[in-house]
Amino acid sequence: MTQEISQIWVYLSASPLLGLTITLLAYQAAFALYSRSGNNPLANPVLIAVFILVLFLMLTATSYETYFSGAQFVHFLLGPATVALAIPLYTQFRRVRSMLLPVLAGLIAGSLTAIVSAVLVARLLGASASTQFSLAPKSVTTPIAMGIAERIGGIPSLTAVLVIVTGILGAVGARFVFDAMKVRDPAIRGFAIGIASHGIGTARAFQVNEQSGAFAALAMGMNGALTALLVPWITTYLINIG
Amino acid sequence: MIFALSALLVFQLAGEVLARSLSLPIPGPVIGMLMLFVALVLRGGPGEELQTTSQNLLQHLSLLFVPAGTGIMIHLHRVSDEWLPLLVSLLVSTLATLVVTALVMKLCQRSPAPSKEAP
Repeated sequence: MTQEISQIWVYLSASPLLGLTITLLAYQAAFALYSRSGNNPLANPVLIAVFILVLFLMLTATSYETYFSGAQFVHFLLGPATVALAIPLYTQFRRVRSMLLPVLAGLIAGSLTAIVSAVLVARLLGASASTQFSLAPKSVTTPIAMGIAERIGGIPSLTAVLVIVTGILGAVGARFVFDAMKVRDPAIRGFAIGIASHGIGTARAFQVNEQSGAFAALAMGMNGALTALLVPWITTYLINIG
Repeated sequence: MIFALSALLVFQLAGEVLARSLSLPIPGPVIGMLMLFVALVLRGGPGEELQTTSQNLLQHLSLLFVPAGTGIMIHLHRVSDEWLPLLVSLLVSTLATLVVTALVMKLCQRSPAPSKEAP
């Protein structure tokens, strides 16, 4: 009996089916908790799902590569989902056009702050150079950030993780920051969360308000492009002065 | 749904081809998003099917980040070696970015724009 079970496990642990299924199950459990908490940002579904999965994979001694062979099907949908962001963007186009100046100013200020503050704080606290490079693009969506990290000498897979953590921090903290600042405009709240924490922030914004979501999507796209242009020369400059 | 998914994939593919052939720093899906946006402006909006499918996809956008996030397990070493600079840097930088972006936008919006009604 135990031998049969272990044989089944040998089959399952090598097939993509398991990785895909546990990703969906962990997310559903996490989302149920999030809903039950009344969409409390502290119960962020990505955070909880990742926690469940890491625990499960470590307990069953499953490698990340094996897991990802199944989870990649979910990961792949990031591409079409990014394209789909054009639709809420279109729906909110009027509001976006009427806010052109604040949008552009917020983009430039936010993008610079995200890059410079991450690198400087890490350096101040004695992080290694490759960690600093991996941190620089942490506020933009995963595929862009990984590409940037590779080009400037960071570690792309570490950057992917830092990007996710940044996204979770922003999604969890944004409401408290905006409430303390008395920022109530859903457009500004959405845009700022999209600049600071890309797709995960955007996902959170969509759950709160469609206009916030559309502005977050816009911010995420614009910041991705601007960061890709800024990071290479900012990091060169920061190293020259250091 | 099949039509809408195909449309999204075609735009992603076109974006990918464009990004690579012109070696743009922006990834394919983001260019695909911009192209779909332009197409929507030209066509005067998405059809019902595209609207519903993308709504379904975006409703659970956070699910799509779970596989990459789970990748933290292969970096537990570095993360535990340098956890303090990493955590403080991410915390400070994320908060600073939220505050600065929102503040700058608020200021720009409040600054008296040249009003059309003014004589």
